[in-house]
Amino acid sequence: MMDVPLAVEMRGIVKRFPGVLANDQADFDLQRGEIHALLGENGAGKTTLMSMLAGLYKPDAGTIRLGDETVSFRSPRDAIARGLGMIHQHFTLIGPHTVTENILLGMDKPRFLLNLAEYDHSMMDLGERFGLQITPTAKIWQLSVGEQQRVEILKMLYRGVRVLIMDEPTAVLAPQEVEELFKTLRAMAGEGKSIVFISHKLQEVMAIADRITVLRQGRVTAPGIPSASTTKEDLARMMVGRPVLFAVDRKPIQAGDVVLELEGVCAANDRGLPALREVSLKVRSGEIVGVAGVAGNGQREMADVITGLRRCTAGRIRVHGQDVTNHPALQMIRNGVSHIPEDRTHVGTAPNLSITDNLIMKTFREPPLAKGLTLDHHAARKKAVQLKAEYAIQAPNVEVPTRQLSGGNLQRVILARELSLKPRLLIAMQPTRGLDVGAIEGVQRLLLDQRNAGSAILLVSEELEEIFALSDRIVAMYEGKIVGEVQTRDPETIGMMMTGGKRSPSEAGAA
Amino acid sequence: MDPIVILHAGVASGTVLLFATIGEILAERSGVLNLGVEGMMLIGAMSAFSVTASTGNGGWGLLVAMLAAGMLALLHGLVTIHLQADQVVSGLALTFLGVGLSLVLGEGLNKAGAISLLPVVTIPLISAIPVLGPIFFTHHSVMVYVGYLLVPAVWFYIHRTRQGLDLRAVGENPTAADAMGLNVQWLRYVHVWVGGLLAGLAGGTISLAISPGWFSELTTSGQGWIAIGLVIFAQWDPFRAALGSYAFGALRRTILDIQGPQTLFTLRNPFFYNPYLGFFLQMLPYAFTIGVLILGSRAAQRRHLGAPAALGLPYVRGERGH
Amino acid sequence: MTMPAAAPRPNGRLRWPFALRIEARLDAPRGLATAVSLGAIGVALLLGALILRVVGGDPWRAYGHIARAAFGDVGVFSDTLVKATPLILVGLACSVAFRMKLWNIGAEGQFYMGALGSSIVILTGLVPEAASRPVTLGVMLLAGMLFGAFWGLIPGWLRARLQVNEIITTLMLNYIAIAFVNFFVFGVWSEGGFQMTATFQRAAWFPRLSDLADQWPGLRGLTTHFGLVLGVIASAVVWFLLYRSRWGYEIRLVGDNPKAAEYAGVNITRNTILVMMVSGALAGVAGMSEISGVVHRLQTSISPGYGFTGIIIAWLAKLNPIMVVPVSVLFGGLILAGREIQPAGVPRLIQGIILFMLIASEVLLRYRVRLVRVAAER
Repeated sequence: MMDVPLAVEMRGIVKRFPGVLANDQADFDLQRGEIHALLGENGAGKTTLMSMLAGLYKPDAGTIRLGDETVSFRSPRDAIARGLGMIHQHFTLIGPHTVTENILLGMDKPRFLLNLAEYDHSMMDLGERFGLQITPTAKIWQLSVGEQQRVEILKMLYRGVRVLIMDEPTAVLAPQEVEELFKTLRAMAGEGKSIVFISHKLQEVMAIADRITVLRQGRVTAPGIPSASTTKEDLARMMVGRPVLFAVDRKPIQAGDVVLELEGVCAANDRGLPALREVSLKVRSGEIVGVAGVAGNGQREMADVITGLRRCTAGRIRVHGQDVTNHPALQMIRNGVSHIPEDRTHVGTAPNLSITDNLIMKTFREPPLAKGLTLDHHAARKKAVQLKAEYAIQAPNVEVPTRQLSGGNLQRVILARELSLKPRLLIAMQPTRGLDVGAIEGVQRLLLDQRNAGSAILLVSEELEEIFALSDRIVAMYEGKIVGEVQTRDPETIGMMMTGGKRSPSEAGAA
Repeated sequence: MDPIVILHAGVASGTVLLFATIGEILAERSGVLNLGVEGMMLIGAMSAFSVTASTGNGGWGLLVAMLAAGMLALLHGLVTIHLQADQVVSGLALTFLGVGLSLVLGEGLNKAGAISLLPVVTIPLISAIPVLGPIFFTHHSVMVYVGYLLVPAVWFYIHRTRQGLDLRAVGENPTAADAMGLNVQWLRYVHVWVGGLLAGLAGGTISLAISPGWFSELTTSGQGWIAIGLVIFAQWDPFRAALGSYAFGALRRTILDIQGPQTLFTLRNPFFYNPYLGFFLQMLPYAFTIGVLILGSRAAQRRHLGAPAALGLPYVRGERGH
Repeated sequence: MTMPAAAPRPNGRLRWPFALRIEARLDAPRGLATAVSLGAIGVALLLGALILRVVGGDPWRAYGHIARAAFGDVGVFSDTLVKATPLILVGLACSVAFRMKLWNIGAEGQFYMGALGSSIVILTGLVPEAASRPVTLGVMLLAGMLFGAFWGLIPGWLRARLQVNEIITTLMLNYIAIAFVNFFVFGVWSEGGFQMTATFQRAAWFPRLSDLADQWPGLRGLTTHFGLVLGVIASAVVWFLLYRSRWGYEIRLVGDNPKAAEYAGVNITRNTILVMMVSGALAGVAGMSEISGVVHRLQTSISPGYGFTGIIIAWLAKLNPIMVVPVSVLFGGLILAGREIQPAGVPRLIQGIILFMLIASEVLLRYRVRLVRVAAER
């Protein structure tokens, strides 16, 4: 092991963004043929550190060495030319283009004429060599997320990278797809390629990595320790800086009346294709129903339909027994339905308006904020100041535009607005995604308080741990269908259901 | 009211729209909306006429027209690509600037230049083909033939070349294109510039060939805006752009011709007896543009096609997700 | 986004110790926006001077002339206010629409339709000649607003219902409106074949300052008319609408993030149509005010591009209805004085440069340029 050559060495890397020190004297090294996990919370600086290795940013200080040579990349293209490629969390694929066109993008050849048919063949061959199945002539938007990831990997292989950086590659995958990805990664490592695996999931890191580097607040807290010589608990401590509780305190309470009832609900996605197929579901007051599933399997469409943002093409929706099918969004707000949307900046808030304006988004029509046709801005301000204190929104004042808030504070603004409505029904989409551990705990506690106060909550999350920790009942969603209710809290079973695995829950339980 | 005459004239005056529309297609394919076409065309018309009048060489006129309009386009590029200003407002500013500048610089230009300042050509042999020959290949300005070549060439460029692939990528997803090592800003500058060159060519074609002379703002009379509308109708495709441009050209000619005869389809021609109704005919190209836009957006919705996804959005590198 | 102020020497001994650093601003200091806007206008005027110089004019004389001809004495200032009056109204029209990110560049056409509407009620005798001044003016105002609103309704409806780009439709409707007005001026109500109708009865005229000259002789000859009061009232009303009313809140919400507005239960379709109608109505009032306050009849070429100048005014005022008033006075002066300047394109050229400078300078609000010591970072 000692004379394995270093592929990459980063020393004393510093990177600042306005108001943030993203990396502070970070060191990182990577050996040939290893899978090296870069572990840390969201916002710990993992992606930033690797973006510098991939030529996307330039470090403010520090050196990057490839073998014996100090390098300074001017662009990702530069880095790729030296054999370093990165696959980002948000894929860098062009939706309307074909697989082949995407792989060829940015290559030196062909210089002028695109002979796609010829290149389609070489793409097929390359895919087969690494066990990655693709259809070269398919358009990206027609592919599943897992297939798109394969295109991303192929893109890097086609460029002959020796170091592949993958940023949270499993975030969008179901457990079975994760296993497939791991196989591919191991095969690549076997061919002598080095892989950096960025993740905040301890379980996965322990499963795939040869060595692990942990980052906390931009600093390295564990430099490349072999995964065999550490434990999940140790890693968690190095990640967070204190022991982590893996569960919130959820006391069982008696669920009440049915608040939300979906009956055979169907809906189309933005492309007009069926996205929800005959979904039937009940949520009672004082109950959190967790929806487990890989993103893009109809969860967003389901939330949109319930909150009146999308028409349902068939089926009925009832709230407290009253038929509210295809009521407009305003009516659903008046029906006592709150919604924590998946996308905080593009849906949940108006980034250039003040905190006050964002907090009154759903209450400005009624007294005391509304006075006839006018808006009482003193009352609005008072309300905002009160909510700011109550929900611990950290900002200099309530006039600050929300674009200046951190992710956690932005989510608090949304929570303050939605929870202060005292909703009968709350649709919570990915409520903790992208937040740091402290903020996650706060959000989860607020959701539980709301449940204890008698709200019915539909929780959609990609984090199985969160679903397990918060939900009273769990259903799994796959390809727009509720594929079943899960009795056991066992990731294996849910994983099968989330990927359309043939086994029914009972068989899975028996197996 | 001879259909052959109308279509022949349609192809001729449609060539102006064709150049401008294809130029705008290239700019928009790269993700930059340039609303300054009218201003760029006017500066092109003015400089082409002015240079040709003093040098006697139409080629120099067209060259200067293209470069002048190209300069304006680069200004739009600087403001929207580098300074990330709003593309709509910058395009409007460009219109003001282009119109103002051409009025200032064109002050005192000899207004009329009755004859075409560019050669007029009839193609041997194929001009003998019935119907098509007299419409497309007889007694046209060379610019019309340039238009015929431009359409397939640009289509080929967009869909069959590496540079075209880069162009489409930048307009659809600049972040991805940047990550794959494309120079987003450079590609945008180039195509905005080429769009400007073509708008200048369109302007020069008016003042040198289609309706020779300099008639201040009336030289273009809103054709730059019609071109922007045609881009949407054409769904960013050069062949559809040609179809739309020639149809518009034919419409313009029809409007002129319809006021001539005393009878129209054996009925009393109201436009002959009441010339004031001509004001309604004047509205037609603009009303048709609106109609064409409605058709274009309906088709786009039905076929789930649309503008380049990044159209109108400035690209800022390294903007952090959260 | 860093760029070294000087290329560092490879040996690292001699190194320029500073680097220019461009950073995103999180918060712009108070007053910076105003300072930057004023700076932009200054630079634009300098650039305009340069261009005038290049084409052989004398820029300083031209500017001096503009200043004297627009603000030199009470008389010309009164004329400047006359020019500012329609600008205030179209500036407000653009501000309201832009606030919702609706690019209404059809204020010119809506202005013409407003002028047509207010003239039609006189020319068709809908308002009898004997009617009192308040009634006549009231009906004219209403007709102007309705016609303008209708001209805004068309693109608003197309945008809201059929997703048709409003930039092109509003622009096309400008040409259509002008041809439409021309048809009526030439073909229906032409006075002896001239491009104008007969002069309207006095009851259809806005009162002017000079009407009060009997009591205050100092006001003799001053042309400022009641339309200015209308404009100032409108700017207060629009301010109140945008910042103190529920509907204004909805407009601002849609303008900043349509998705969030939809999520908050705001009906975007209805608001799009309504805002375009309000915008059109304001421009229509501008047309009415020009008929009643200045020309006193319907004629061709009643606007030297007010509708387009309104776009610049709205942008310069940062869409703030109150700021629209002083900015309009400034541009009113430019247009007034510009009429006498040759060549004719100069005012438009300067407007174009000002708008360019303005949007280019906005980068200074979003980013700050700092000189930092390179060594200090090590």
